[in-house]
Parts: sequence; C-alpha cells; structure tokens
Amino acid sequence: MTTQQTDRAQPPLDALARLESEAIHIFREVAGEFDRPVILFSGGKDSTVLLHLAVKAFWPAPVPFPLLHVDTGHNLDEVIDFRDRTVARYGLRLVVASVQDYIDDGRLQERPDGTRNPLQTVPLLDGITANKFDAVFGGGRRDEERARAKERIFSLRNSFGQWEPRRQRPELWNLYNGRHRAGEHVRVFPLSNWTELDVWRYIKREAIELPSIYFAHTRAVFQRDGMWLTAGPWFGPRADEPVEELTVRYRTVGDGSCTGAVRSEAADLDEVIAEVSASRLTERGATRADDRLSEAAMEDRKREGYF
Amino acid sequence: MGHTTQDLLRLATAGSVDDGKSTLVGRLLYDTKSVLADTLDAVHRASVDKGLSTPDLSLLVDGLRSEREQGITIDVAYRYFATPKRSFVLADTPGHVQYTRNTVTGASTAQLAVLLVDARKGVLEQTRRHAAVLALLGVPRLVLAVNKVDLVDYDEATFEVIAKEFTDHAGALGYPIGSVLSIPVSALVGDNVVDRSAHTPWYTGPTLLEHLETVPVEPDPHDAPLRFPVQYVIRTNTAEHTDYRGYAGQVAAGTVRPGDEVVVLPSGLRTTVARVDTADGELAEAEAGRSVTLVLADNIDISRGDLIAAAAAAPVAVEEFEATLAWLSDKPLRAGARVLVKHGARTVQAIVGELNARFDEQKLTSVPDPESLALNEIGRVLVRTAEPLPVDDYAINRRTGAFLVIDAADGSTLAAGLVGAGLPALSGPGTPTTSGDLVSPGP
Repeated sequence: MTTQQTDRAQPPLDALARLESEAIHIFREVAGEFDRPVILFSGGKDSTVLLHLAVKAFWPAPVPFPLLHVDTGHNLDEVIDFRDRTVARYGLRLVVASVQDYIDDGRLQERPDGTRNPLQTVPLLDGITANKFDAVFGGGRRDEERARAKERIFSLRNSFGQWEPRRQRPELWNLYNGRHRAGEHVRVFPLSNWTELDVWRYIKREAIELPSIYFAHTRAVFQRDGMWLTAGPWFGPRADEPVEELTVRYRTVGDGSCTGAVRSEAADLDEVIAEVSASRLTERGATRADDRLSEAAMEDRKREGYF
Repeated sequence: MGHTTQDLLRLATAGSVDDGKSTLVGRLLYDTKSVLADTLDAVHRASVDKGLSTPDLSLLVDGLRSEREQGITIDVAYRYFATPKRSFVLADTPGHVQYTRNTVTGASTAQLAVLLVDARKGVLEQTRRHAAVLALLGVPRLVLAVNKVDLVDYDEATFEVIAKEFTDHAGALGYPIGSVLSIPVSALVGDNVVDRSAHTPWYTGPTLLEHLETVPVEPDPHDAPLRFPVQYVIRTNTAEHTDYRGYAGQVAAGTVRPGDEVVVLPSGLRTTVARVDTADGELAEAEAGRSVTLVLADNIDISRGDLIAAAAAAPVAVEEFEATLAWLSDKPLRAGARVLVKHGARTVQAIVGELNARFDEQKLTSVPDPESLALNEIGRVLVRTAEPLPVDDYAINRRTGAFLVIDAADGSTLAAGLVGAGLPALSGPGTPTTSGDLVSPGP
C-alpha cells in the first residue's frame, strides 16, 4: 500500500485483476447501500484476502466496517495471534461471538464427537441480531462445494438467518439488489468467482501475510477419520490414537477437532501453489470432516443459517 | 504456473430439459481435469447407489438436494475451470420453462453462450426462446451444441438440418454468420467436447473446448466515451492525505486519464480529472472494468449514484425512456405499476407507464398493447422516473444501458431492464421482422 506514482501503461486486465476489481466493486456497493455491514474474519486465508480487498476498496480511508469472529474455542494459537495482530495493524474493531460462552452458560451443549463447527450457527446469528448487522461479508467461494456453487453474491437471509435456495433473486449484470426487510440481512460473498488457486496466486501477487500454519512445519499430530489432527487440550488424542511428529501444513482454518492438516513439504507460497495445482483433493474434502457427514451436508447447514 | 496473466471468458449454458446440459458441463470439468479425486469418488458412489453402470457426470453440477432427487437443474450453478490458455467462469442455467429467469441471470454477464439441443429432437420452442433471451441480453457469440449425436448414429444430414435451422433463427435475431458455431457432440461419451471424435469425420470444425479457448473475447468498450457511476465517496484527513476526497467506482465504459474533461450528471457541473487513484498507486489511465478512485480538480458536490461522464459525449439525463423488460416475477406487470429502478449506483422511484408491445419469441414478431407481462415474457414499455437518469441504449453499452426493476414493497427483483427497443422485432409494434432491419447483438 504505497502512494508512489507508478504511471505504468496498463496491460489488459488479466483474470486475477478482473476478480480483484469485481470484489472491490462489491465492497463499495455494500458500503453505499447498507447501514451496518460487518466482515466475518477467522484469520483464515479467505477472510484475510477478503480484508485485504476491503482495505484496497476504501484506501486511503480506513475500512468502514468492524470484523466479527465466531470463535469455536478450538483454535490454534498461531491463528488467534495472527487475528489479533491483523486487527491491530489496520486499526479495526473486532467483535467476538464465543461458542465457549454459550457452552459455559448452557445455551449450547457440547456434541458427543467434540466437533464445534455445527455449534457456530447460533452465536453467529445472535451476534448479527445483537449488533443489528445488515450485511455480513463472508469469504465463501462457489468452487468450494456444490451447494455454494448456486448461491448468489448477495444472498438474502430471513430473520432466522436461513438461506432458501428456491427463492433466490436473479442476479443480473453487476447490479446487486440489497433490499431487505427489518430483521433480514444479506450475506455477501465478494470471492464468489475465485478458485482456491486464484486465492493463492493473489496472496503471492499481493504479498499478503498468512498464519504460519498454512506452510509446512513440524507438528505433533494423530490420525482420526483419515485426517491428521493436532494434539491439544480439546482435540485428543484418545488412548488408541498414537501421536506422531510430522511435517504438515493446513489448507483451511477451522475448528481444531475436525479440521485436519495435510502431509506437506510446501514451505513457501511457490511451493504451496505448486502443491495446490497438483492436488487431487478439494480443500474441504481433504481436511474438513464436517462436510463429509452427508451428501447434502453443506446445503443443510446453510439452510440453518451457517455460512 | 504460467496461468497468471491469462484472460477470463465468462460463458453461460442453456437448453431444454433433458438435453444433457449438466452432463456436458460435467464432461467439460471432467475432461479438463478440473474435478478432484474426492469429488469424483462421491459421484461414483452416488451413481452406483442409483444403480447406474457409468458415472453420472451431471451429479458434478446438480448441487441441491431437490435437483438430485428430481434429476433436473433448478438454479444457476457457477463453475470454474482453467486450461493453460484461458480461465473460464461458466454459468450453468436451467432448462425448465419456469426457470427461464435464471437463463436471463446467466446471460447478463456472458460473453458467449452454449445452447444445447438433443440431436433426436432438434430445435424446440425452448431453444428458440433461449436464443431470443440471449440475443436480447446482447450475448455476443453463440455455440449450438447438437448433443447425443451418438443416438442418431453420428448422422451428418441430421446435424446439418438442425444447424441450418438454428443459424437461420439466430440470424433473424441479429446474429451475423460468424458469431454462431454449431458442433456435433455427445456429452455422455465425450465426442467433440474436449477430444475430437473419431465418429464424426465429416465435422472439420473445432471441438467445444478448442473453440472456447480461442474465440475472441469481446473487449470491454475501451474506445467508448467515459461512463463512471460513483459508488461511494472516500473521505479522510490524515497527515499523508489532507482533506482527501475521492469518488470510488468501476469504469463502466471508456478509459479515464488525468486531465480528462468530465461532466457530472445529473447536476451537469463540469470539471477535470486530477488523479486516478488505487491502493497500488496512481494510474496513467484506467480502462473499462477497472475499479479505481477519481480525484477531481474542483470541489463540487457529488454523491453516490451520480455519473461522471466524458464532457464531449455525455448521455442526456431523462425522466422518461423506452425500455425492454424481461419479466422475472410471478406477479404480472400491468400498466401504471409503481416500482423502483436501479441504474448504475442510483435507485429511483418509477412508474411503468405503458406496455407497448409483447415479444413473441416463437414467431419473432411483436404483439401490440398487451394487457400485461407475465413471468418469462419480454415486452417493450415506457418507464417514467422520479429523478432523471443518464441512460445509454443497451445496444451500445450493456453496462450503462441495463437496469433492475425492483418491488418497492418486498425488495424482490421483478425484471431485467434494457434501455431501448432491444430486439429488432420489438422496434415496431405489430410489424413482422424482415431481414432488412436487423441489428447485430452486442456492442
């Protein structure tokens, strides 16, 4: 983010520049049409790219929205550390909706499998209602999953936060319709048209900092359901799950009890991009147990108000 | 990597129910190796569960539970794939009549559309309707994929009859000869989708993917006069940026450079562009499609919804204009309806004053003075707005000639609006189109 004069002759917009321009356009539409937008921010790569685009959209003014983190309490220290540093660097306000608080006072109950991703929906919706947020930016991409592939960039949610796929508005040209009634809100996905590889290439082009867990490192892990999970206070292992020291990295950031690491030697961005290009598994399929539960897992959770 | 500076082609697919659209898209993803192993495993498992002997590639794209249950596509699905030559954003749109509004959605941003027909059935009513919608929305290029050629024994004569009928129909809608290509394919088997088929030696044109990789991408209108809808006013006052005031937006047409003389609409005030700012530094110029922030030489009152335009070729802000509507709502449109119109970054109250004509997409004629416009119908209307709008004709600019019609009560999107008469057949009520008064779609 420098102000130096570049004065370069502009080559035609390439695919990444078009995606960036589209995302910036979406951020500015929301800033112009909504009263209380918020950016969902987990410290993961997609929400970090989202925040980077927001900073670029409103430069040199600060980002005119706060951030909201739905905290499962099952975090890797590196991610929370990164989250707090990023918030401080941009001088933003962070609202945390804590799943742990809900469990502590009995509003939510821990699941038998210990997984907390499905528990995020209630704190998320309560956080949206309590703060009267009317537009909620998420880092979701349509290439992640078949149900997401059908979601609009502006996705209207009723007062229960539910997505109704059969009642979606047609989304025409780049004219977004953000009209909603009191109590309803709109989920906005500026990265809708990006692929996982686009995100990584953009991170490299823009030199965006990420939590260190995205790059190969040595970690004490154990195997469950074919995934490598971090040994830690919440995650296990059980007695029959031996812990090993392996070189791994994470492809996504999520609840530690159901988000796995992958064996990887990719220690920098070039190596990660090479690995993602060659991968034979989707990032969710490789590392997210919660999406494997049923064929319609994501659609069901979205209907309930999940991102 | 080598993909980082490639361009992007946005395309849409359309066709009738059971033409095999989802299978064709699945085949494109499968044969370009855009489908990863776990997704394929899931499709193989689901296919076995359904008692099929070969994988059902349509399961790669039919994402919603009810779609998989009914074996049809309900909603637009967006798919992404890339080859070393190009990146693609594909809008897979449904074939059922009641979902034609989704075809409008997919077509609104498409630079090319692939229309499917079943080689056994040929050009159907729905094919003609889809082609009309694609022409109306100005999709510059069409591909007719004559699917299931394996089921007509790869018969050249069958293909030629269908291709000719469609090319004639597209021509009547304004598509010049070189903008339409017909390809014999079998999505199920893979003939001529990615790999050339040994069964169609009589076909010498490109495969579908070869065509998608090499077809010229219509450039954004760089040479057109500048159109810059102001989305947001960026203001800050820091040591580095004293009393900063910039106008954020995406260049909708033309190119903007420091020193350009501009006029702000609807106020009509004139000034000069001082700087073209981005977070990455100042630009010497910004062309259509780029999001930037303009700093102007004079401190004049500008807010969201205003249009910054080339002073030498500014549009006229009008309170009444002729438009073509593709009606997308279950509630029919009647004359006198009070609605909202969103054009650029401005939303204004409006009245649909008169319904002048309804388009008959089968006969390519227009029916004058219809009672109403129902779901999926296209008509020419007169729009009156509460405030003047600086509109361009849609045939000249897809970005500044487009608008949404919105229900003021519940906020739903009622129609896709296009400034101007739209299709040639709509330009004169009741007059059948002849080949003499055709215009080509797109800019």
